[in-house]
Amino acid sequence: MQKKLLIGTTKGLVVFEKTGQDWQIKTTHFLGLPVSVIYVNELTNTWWAGISHHHWGQKLHFSTDEGQTWQEVNPPAYPLDAQMGSGKPATLKKIWIIQHGGAAYPNRLWVGTEPGGLFLSENNGQTFQLVESLWNHPSRMNQQQWFGTGRSEPFIHSIVVDPTDHNHIYIAVSCAGIFETKDGGKKWQPCNKGLIAAYLPNPHVEIGHDPHRLFACTVNPEILWQQNHCGIFRSIDGAKNWQSVSDKNGIANYGFALAIDHQNPERAWVIPAVSDELRIAPKQALTVCRTVDGGQTWQSLTNGLPQENCFDIVFRHALAIQGDTLVFGTTTGNVYLSDNQGDGWTCLSNNLARIDCVCFV
Amino acid sequence: MAKIKFTAALKRFFPDLEELNVSGTTVGEVIKKAESKYPGICNYLLDERGAVRRHMNIFVKGELIEDRKTLKDRLGKDDEILIFQALSGG
Repeated sequence: MQKKLLIGTTKGLVVFEKTGQDWQIKTTHFLGLPVSVIYVNELTNTWWAGISHHHWGQKLHFSTDEGQTWQEVNPPAYPLDAQMGSGKPATLKKIWIIQHGGAAYPNRLWVGTEPGGLFLSENNGQTFQLVESLWNHPSRMNQQQWFGTGRSEPFIHSIVVDPTDHNHIYIAVSCAGIFETKDGGKKWQPCNKGLIAAYLPNPHVEIGHDPHRLFACTVNPEILWQQNHCGIFRSIDGAKNWQSVSDKNGIANYGFALAIDHQNPERAWVIPAVSDELRIAPKQALTVCRTVDGGQTWQSLTNGLPQENCFDIVFRHALAIQGDTLVFGTTTGNVYLSDNQGDGWTCLSNNLARIDCVCFV
Repeated sequence: MAKIKFTAALKRFFPDLEELNVSGTTVGEVIKKAESKYPGICNYLLDERGAVRRHMNIFVKGELIEDRKTLKDRLGKDDEILIFQALSGG
């Protein structure tokens, strides 16, 4: 059973705790500061919080006592000679994702950043090194292959460590696409076959795609899902090929957030938004869509969610799942939780700041 | 001795922060000395290349420094250095 829920907002980290059947806010950390990434490393019982200060730059904090105390560490730093595709110097803009390296490497942390650097720590986050093999991938300096869209530079927002082989890792870059290493990060290759980049003259480019979120199923990591700018895609062969599983006649298409059932590779949830031009809830009604058949069909789940005058959308790290429980936070500061796989939703708060990330403890 | 005055907003992260009298001939030199007294403060003011963060401003004798990348602006005796965050938002 979940006991704590961490909500990263633009005005602090809000911690809900479950008492009986009720979730209540118990503590707030980093009050007034933009908590843009949170991560609970279950291997080390460490909470990580990234603060994207407007003025002071990206900062990184961790807690080994569930938030009672926090320590700050130096965030990843780009080498002095690191350059963007534009020729501009590369400096850390934002940490987007933190991921442990698997039980085989208990001291390892991978960190995905903007402007496109992947960093590795071999000492549980005390120091980080840029993964040069990916940074030096021939595609990265090509501005038609790695580029920013909603942000001005590309960024790595998803890191998937294969649970059966901790040297086998996928990353998702927005924009560039999915890359894979099978040797712990020495070599990387793109794996975007079947994806569509509808915003490019050639939608079937090898590199230049815009995944919004990526997961592999724990019980069958050959099954991967991604919410992409151009729809929802699924692979059944370890990302060698992708198939569109968007709902051709429904709203399950564009969006950011994605959750998958790690025990059942047929099941996934998305929270649609109206295209990149508007970025609001479809028909101003907040809807979660669920598939139980590998994306062949999608069911709209609205019980307990606002169905009119709604402007909420849900960012890529603001939907989480644990067992039958799902939770998401919205751009307008609302938190909704379901204990029955999305069939019904309860509002936990209407009054938070914009929510960038959520996770269960 | 140059005098460094910091924005009060930095007190949240460096509670003991106060005005600092340090010797140095350039802005970069005195900022380095501030780092030795308040470890970590450079990371709040400068990026990993040592350039002034985009939304930070450093004034010497009331004028914005010119060299935001390498902080080579020269200091005179008893110059006052103000370190402020840029105004932003509504």
